Amino acid sequence: MADDGKIIEKIIEIEVLRYRPEQDKEPFFQSYQVPFTDDMSVLQGLQYIKDQLDGTLSFRWSCRMAICGSCGAMINGIPKLGCKTFLREYYPRKLRVEPLAHFPIERDLVVGVEDFIGKLERIKPYIVPKEPRTLAQGEYLQTPAQLERFLQFSSCINCMLCYAACPQYGLDSNFIGPGVLALLHRYNADSRDGARSERMELVHAEEGVWSCTAVGYCSEVCPKGVDPANAVNQNKTASAMDYFLRFVLPKGASR
Amino acid sequence: MSARRPYVRSMDGWWRRNPFFIVYMIREGTAVLVIAYAVVLLFGVVRLAQGEAAYDGWLTALQSPWSLVFHLILLASFVYHTWSWFSIMPKTMPMILIGGKKLQPAVITGVGLAVSAIACAALFVLVMKLAS
Amino acid sequence: MKRSNAPIFWTLFGAGGILSALIGPALVFITGIAAPSGLLMPRETMSYPHMLAFAQHWAGKGFVFIVISLFLWHGVHRIFHSLHDLGIPTGTGAKLACYGAALLGTIVAAVALGSIALQF
Repeated sequence: MADDGKIIEKIIEIEVLRYRPEQDKEPFFQSYQVPFTDDMSVLQGLQYIKDQLDGTLSFRWSCRMAICGSCGAMINGIPKLGCKTFLREYYPRKLRVEPLAHFPIERDLVVGVEDFIGKLERIKPYIVPKEPRTLAQGEYLQTPAQLERFLQFSSCINCMLCYAACPQYGLDSNFIGPGVLALLHRYNADSRDGARSERMELVHAEEGVWSCTAVGYCSEVCPKGVDPANAVNQNKTASAMDYFLRFVLPKGASR
Repeated sequence: MSARRPYVRSMDGWWRRNPFFIVYMIREGTAVLVIAYAVVLLFGVVRLAQGEAAYDGWLTALQSPWSLVFHLILLASFVYHTWSWFSIMPKTMPMILIGGKKLQPAVITGVGLAVSAIACAALFVLVMKLAS
Repeated sequence: MKRSNAPIFWTLFGAGGILSALIGPALVFITGIAAPSGLLMPRETMSYPHMLAFAQHWAGKGFVFIVISLFLWHGVHRIFHSLHDLGIPTGTGAKLACYGAALLGTIVAAVALGSIALQF
């Protein structure tokens, strides 16, 4: 941007929370003056800082188009994707960029993701066939209505903005959390899948849906319209029904 | 790996940092006033069970200006509870498909608020009828 | 993972929530504003003879009991979770205090209403 001969008129101050574990006792804010044009995203602002001003700044990014889920950060206190947020929205005020809330800071804007990845693995995030199926039987067929039931929940890009938004996860990281529960629901709601009863064991636990207090901020910040709040809270109803009806229903009834 | 020293940030004052969370805490706070009203009614039934003199004492207290002001505050809180309850209710419901299209949350909220308005009006009319 | 018993309290919370959302405003208006002030409603609406007759009828007795009890279960569930939100440790003690209070209120309401003889 700075070397193509264009006259750059605007400079925005970007304040970034820095933390280098090997030299910093605790995180601190560092300000940078970043020249920008109206088409620049916050991610591009960070890239300008790293390329031109301070090569020590660390942050995750990849696709630049809101599909890889790497560049999540707290931008003026709100969880957002850096590539989907634009510097012009904040000018002439300053921009404050911090790592995603509720996660431990590894370095600068890089947070520890082991907890999230571990939870993702626990929910059987794949189609478990209802009964054995041969290749000769061909592909599964689904009606548009069957697709509609799970499609929005499959839009999750694992960006963890919902975890940064969720105060219950912040207060107790044992909570499985909105994104993973939304993905769990994606598979339960898929007509091809047969592992609902196993997944529901996670749902029924205190760490499952019962840690949620319907704050709803997760759905507010989700960049892909997944609506994890809906996934979690409708499973409260399902879990409660199962809790009361389990002695009445025959054993093995998949609820 | 030994150079890692993850830093965990405090959750102190988390809800004060975002207007969305302040609204959430207010919504949850309506619970205190729901309990307050239930306690008022509870006193009422206890006094009712104790006889006319005791009950009339409760009724007189209810007629005081302080009580009226208190109930105006309660009323505002209950109205806000009704509003916030039906706003969040769509989140607790499974997807409903009508003619292949998702039933919109706004419809559920609207229906809930309408039913509440009708129920309140009906209760008022019923009490008027019983009183006369 | 261990199954949570939260559904019991969540269902009570939900029932109280729906009830208070549907008729709460009207109840507060009637019992706290309209009848006591005589505005829009005769003051005698809540007189002792009227309320006694109401509580003597099985429907009136049941209605008052359900309103008091469910409003309490609704409120304490939210308060319990709000304590947690405010950073106050919510162990067994807090659970007993909150849900115990609702149980106590329920019992007091039942005893009080139960002591008013049913009349048909």
